[in-house]
Amino acid sequence: MSATLAYPVEPGPPGFEGRGRVVDRLFHGVTAAAAWLVLLLLGSVAVAMAWGGRLAFKTFGLGFITGSDWDVPAAKFGALVPIYGTLMTSIIALIIAVPVSIGIALFLTDIAPRWTRGPIAIAIELLAAIPSIIYGMWGLFVFAPFMALHVEPWLTDHFGNKAIIGPLFSGPPIGIGMLTAGIVLGVMVIPFISSVAREVFSAVPPALKESAVALGSTRWEILSRVTLPYTRSAIVGAIFLGLGRALGETMAVTFVLGNAHDLSASLLMPSNSIAAAIANEFTEADTDLYRSSLIALGFLLFVVTFIVLTIAKLLLMRINRQLGRTH
Amino acid sequence: MTRMLIAPPFAVLLAACGSNTGNQQGGQGAGVTGAGSTFVYPVLSAWAADYKAQGGQNINYQSIGSGGGIAQVKAGTVDFGATDQPLSSDDLAESKLAQFPIVIGGIVPVINVAGLQPGKLKLTGPLLADIFAGRVKSWNDPAIAKLNPGVALPATSIAVVHRSDASGTTFNFTHYLSQVSPAWKGAEGEGKSVNWPTGVGGKGNEGVAAYVKQIPNSIGYVEYAYVVQNHMPFASLQNAAGNFVVPSAQSFSSAAESADWGAAKDFNLVMTNASGANAYPITATTFILMPKTPANKAKSDEALKFFRYALSKGQGQAQKLDYVPLPAALVKQIDDYIGATIK
Repeated sequence: MSATLAYPVEPGPPGFEGRGRVVDRLFHGVTAAAAWLVLLLLGSVAVAMAWGGRLAFKTFGLGFITGSDWDVPAAKFGALVPIYGTLMTSIIALIIAVPVSIGIALFLTDIAPRWTRGPIAIAIELLAAIPSIIYGMWGLFVFAPFMALHVEPWLTDHFGNKAIIGPLFSGPPIGIGMLTAGIVLGVMVIPFISSVAREVFSAVPPALKESAVALGSTRWEILSRVTLPYTRSAIVGAIFLGLGRALGETMAVTFVLGNAHDLSASLLMPSNSIAAAIANEFTEADTDLYRSSLIALGFLLFVVTFIVLTIAKLLLMRINRQLGRTH
Repeated sequence: MTRMLIAPPFAVLLAACGSNTGNQQGGQGAGVTGAGSTFVYPVLSAWAADYKAQGGQNINYQSIGSGGGIAQVKAGTVDFGATDQPLSSDDLAESKLAQFPIVIGGIVPVINVAGLQPGKLKLTGPLLADIFAGRVKSWNDPAIAKLNPGVALPATSIAVVHRSDASGTTFNFTHYLSQVSPAWKGAEGEGKSVNWPTGVGGKGNEGVAAYVKQIPNSIGYVEYAYVVQNHMPFASLQNAAGNFVVPSAQSFSSAAESADWGAAKDFNLVMTNASGANAYPITATTFILMPKTPANKAKSDEALKFFRYALSKGQGQAQKLDYVPLPAALVKQIDDYIGATIK
């Protein structure tokens, strides 16, 4: 019987052997089924979306990914603008959220007075519980006017005429666009990254830090030479958890991104994201090709997320190999 | 992480429960179901409440958009559909549907320019088209300044706001622009969604209204009810007779009266650019779609009873909600049409 098990089982106490093995096998089966169910779901979702989008892929071929036209009356659909908008807003979000989140986590584990750690940690977890539509409304009613009146004119004045980055900061300051959406997304993913980062930072063995202190390290040296290297792979994981959230975020982005299928280099100009385009247009997509194109967009989001996570995994493996570790 | 993994199946479960109860209501045959235009939803739900209070059946209306309403009534999943874009007689004959207007409203260009009072800014149709096409880019453009002597126009660029979803409102708006501007007709044309050359997109009338309120120096287009509710500044428009008119119940009904409903087969008429001296140029109509030979006669009769109520006693209520009642002659024509076509 034990030959069918994939792992060795310690013999139980005499008399309990038979029952213990049955329970063990049952447990193995249940957990394996749960794990396979996730893969099965993932696979079926991907297949269902690819199938739903087959008309769009057949009609436009590779042009569906490289085309920037999204012309409903002419029935011409290209996903370049939503793909670009999705990636760009997520990158801006990470540029903002990663340093802030790591700062929060380090402060809470190593620097903050002990009695403040609990309340601040709870406050950050509560940020994650705020529904995204609330972030969207805050973004539109509070943050976008602030961007339009103060931040964007300043950016255009100071950077708009510079050689390389100039085109990124040109255009009328309307407050709605990729930069605003990216910042709102950044605020949204901070709790995800920082709460994971806090967990892993507090798992660093105190002995390591104490040794560093004993060698006369400053606080900064402890952070940069002990804590961060020790937790590197978990931190990269946390960042990509946040990135996954940013890529798929719909409601908040719809409010502040502008939902315009225009390709523009400027971060101040409105754009579109994959999730926002689907949310906006699905209810009134009344031709087969239109509906199929939106489902195909969903499939592309799936593919984009998959590629990004694969790159993250490879990156992690390379870092670890350089450090001479096995995982 | 566990929390994130648990959440989606839970949501699916909730959604499944929701749709189950919906199906049960439909299955029990309690009341009439309809779907479509979001524009008509406020007045339709007010009528439904009153109708029920006066002993009528439950009217269950889902405002999913005109396109969705057309699709659902064609598929036979609802008893009636509502659309802001009329179907052609051929389309109606093919899908065996009857069509009649139920309420009239207007589409208004709303602006957010510091210091400009409602109605003070004058625009012509072709100029409105040039603004939405991105050809007129700045508020102090000579074309705008020439029409508005003495009005202080800022030297800022115009932020255009349009719909991000397909919409009957967009259809009526672009239908008007196509009629008055050959350049618009050639490039963008008309439709429930068009290929906007510039601007940001808001979802629904409320989305456009919110964007115009939040973005300085912007212009957008929304249904009149949203203008009244949000106290938004708007531009006055030059109509076909050459007069500048502000949106109001009078200018909408003037447009409705000058439209030639008698000659329109199956009421297939879009009222934009109406000819009356005081007619508001972008006046829109919501149409009801019903099967000519319904599968469930009792429900169809109940729906017709409801619409007859809406067209008689309900019109006062429509006025209170900033819609425009249909002219008496048109109501008579609808009554005859219903009697003749819906069995």
